[in-house]
Amino acid sequence: MSALAADDVGLVRALERFNIRLLWHPSLSEESGAEALAVLQGAADGSIRVDALCVEGAVLTGPNGTGRFQLLSGTGKPVSAWVSAIAARAGVVMAVGSCAAFGGIPTATSNPTDAVGLAYAGAEAGGLLGAGFRSRAGLPVVNVAGCAPHPGWLVETLADLALGGFDAGRLDSLGRPRAFADHLAHHGCGRNEFYEFKASAAKPSDRGCLMENLGCKATQAPGDCNIRRWNGYGSCTDGGFTCINCTSPGFQDPGAPFQETAKLAGIPVGLPVDMPKAWFVALAALSKSATPPRVRTNAHADHVVVPPARKPPKTP
Amino acid sequence: MTATTSRLIVGPFNRVEGDLEVTLDIADGIVREARVTAPLYRGFEQILAGRPPEDALVIAPRICGICSVSQSAAAARALAAIAEVEPPPNGRLAADLVLAAENAADHLTHFVLFFMPDFARTVYAGRPWHEAALRRFAANASEASRVLVPARARFLHLMGLLAGKWPHSLALQPGGTTKSVDPGERVRLLAILAEFREALENVLFADRLEAIAALSSLSALEAWADAAPRDKGDFRLFLHISRDLGLDRLGHGPGTFLSHGSFGLWPAGVVMGGKAQPYDPAQVAEDLTHSWMDGPTQPDADKEGAYSWCKAPRLDGRVAEVGALARQVVAADPLARELVAASGGAVRDRVVMRMIELARLVIAMEGWVRQLRPAEPFCVESPLPLRGAGIGLVEAARGALGHWMTIEAGSIRSYQIIAPTTWNFSPRDAAGIPGPLEQALAGTPVQPGETTPVAVQHVVRSFDPCMVCTVH
Repeated sequence: MSALAADDVGLVRALERFNIRLLWHPSLSEESGAEALAVLQGAADGSIRVDALCVEGAVLTGPNGTGRFQLLSGTGKPVSAWVSAIAARAGVVMAVGSCAAFGGIPTATSNPTDAVGLAYAGAEAGGLLGAGFRSRAGLPVVNVAGCAPHPGWLVETLADLALGGFDAGRLDSLGRPRAFADHLAHHGCGRNEFYEFKASAAKPSDRGCLMENLGCKATQAPGDCNIRRWNGYGSCTDGGFTCINCTSPGFQDPGAPFQETAKLAGIPVGLPVDMPKAWFVALAALSKSATPPRVRTNAHADHVVVPPARKPPKTP
Repeated sequence: MTATTSRLIVGPFNRVEGDLEVTLDIADGIVREARVTAPLYRGFEQILAGRPPEDALVIAPRICGICSVSQSAAAARALAAIAEVEPPPNGRLAADLVLAAENAADHLTHFVLFFMPDFARTVYAGRPWHEAALRRFAANASEASRVLVPARARFLHLMGLLAGKWPHSLALQPGGTTKSVDPGERVRLLAILAEFREALENVLFADRLEAIAALSSLSALEAWADAAPRDKGDFRLFLHISRDLGLDRLGHGPGTFLSHGSFGLWPAGVVMGGKAQPYDPAQVAEDLTHSWMDGPTQPDADKEGAYSWCKAPRLDGRVAEVGALARQVVAADPLARELVAASGGAVRDRVVMRMIELARLVIAMEGWVRQLRPAEPFCVESPLPLRGAGIGLVEAARGALGHWMTIEAGSIRSYQIIAPTTWNFSPRDAAGIPGPLEQALAGTPVQPGETTPVAVQHVVRSFDPCMVCTVH
């Protein structure tokens, strides 16, 4: 549903620009019932050419491997069987969202429905289609991860595929398009100054950095969320709440409350991915001691209490 | 049942949110009985049990990509009830704005993309309005969607500003909202609303929002429909189509309406047989007779006599309809009361009240933005006790949504969710009484040779179902 607002023009028009036509979409196409089944049947038996199969949502294999938790309406057959059949014919197979990519939220806690991703179960390759799966175009499943993924990630990946020249080098080690996965959600965060000085928020709506106390994982999370923004103006951290690393497998079970930072001896367990811990601790201590009163005060307020100082104009 | 009864299984059902299958027993060109099947089980209530209580703010919204904020609000309200906190005025206004934006966007999406494209079908070629319907609403290529889908996307910039993103925000907390609004942002919010108002007034209504919001009787509605050519405004086009096809006589609901109340604009309550009565959540029980459920959260795919993963919520044993129509009937809106007096609630009535509510929501939102007080608090802290129980009641676009939560030793002990479409698309109960859609489908005409009867599609989509919430 996030994709419906793609590029401020909507999914259909955003894709049209790249000559991508929706064969069938459950929310947008006219075909329903028997007409829709004819399209899906054609896609599964190869009589209708499918350039890209986009799957949203985890595939539920329970109970006891029967797939009866998720039957395709009007067919009595598990959705898993339909996905496998169409995936075998499709030029490219794309998992849209972290559920389809890695299993996501349905696998949280006890995974009551035996949910899996298309080519991963959590961080482990496999899933429904198997670790060795390659689509007709020779690509592994393209994991447009995120919960929800940014509409731009979906549209731009499809467009990039349509333009040609897309190879496995455009994907990271978990099959995510590097176009967004090479960034961290931390890049461009509007709380940057608070992060630098380790001036941390203590409670919801505080303006300070969310990493030290409120569980923010933006320094570890793949995504260009704070570079491109969401819904025109937004991002999780701009909205005042913590990044939960929703583009990564396992995000659904962080091992601590989502909105609390897990710490060991007062130091956050989840430090920036490629930073030596000793350096982080040393720099944090140094920057904390250098925090300007303005930054420290504003970190614990929901609006700017102390504005930046202005030098008085020089008198000649 | 006569010898000529035939059975039709319709699915997958397009342009509804999630997975739906409908089984129809048809005789003499009329649906005699309908069974509504939700073919997906998701287990969210099991996933929530045992987790830290505030994790519900992350997990519950992810039940749904289209009712995400409604789920968020219900979780936040359940936690607030347990913590015994109330958000400050700014927090309440900001949360109302975010929820109203989702409701308004959903009403528009439903009308333009889900409901109206069926009138562009070739089965209606030859009707005097078909050419206009084809031009305005044909799936994937319509003039209406080319203007109103971008308008909706730009309207959702309000979500970017107040909730970080949509769907799946963590901005709604038990003690208020995480995003404060400064004076510049308040102006931007008003600008977003002004742009959305313009699109609605130019394209959807071809009239001022205030004129739509003020329609207070059936005669006023009819007079408004006749006041301009039928293709002047998409809402007017719908009213003309509705008149021609008799949509006021199609899809009669159970006649009992339930609303949790919303925004302080529309109160909570129940209307049964035309009489208003108060709503008591303690009267709600879930019947599992025909659900593949062994207990409140335990699935049983082999259960005898079951045909849906959806449970059957009943209000003091009664079947109730929820949604925009129910909200306005319960709020004693004169037009809504007049519409259902004749029909008990039909396809036309559900669509009309959704559109009128859309106009009223945008007007209300403009007022709420002006009431925001920059530099005053948006959120208070909300520490939780180790044990407690709380209910979070919300009106999603599609109707009454409730979260029932208990915590013990600092963790979630039980979490029960009843979503709007769980009410509307529920299966039969122990007494054999069909759910609202099942009742509404009985009597629907089926044309010879139809495999996916178009009138059935109108009835189903008139409820604006969200199946993924239904089977959380």
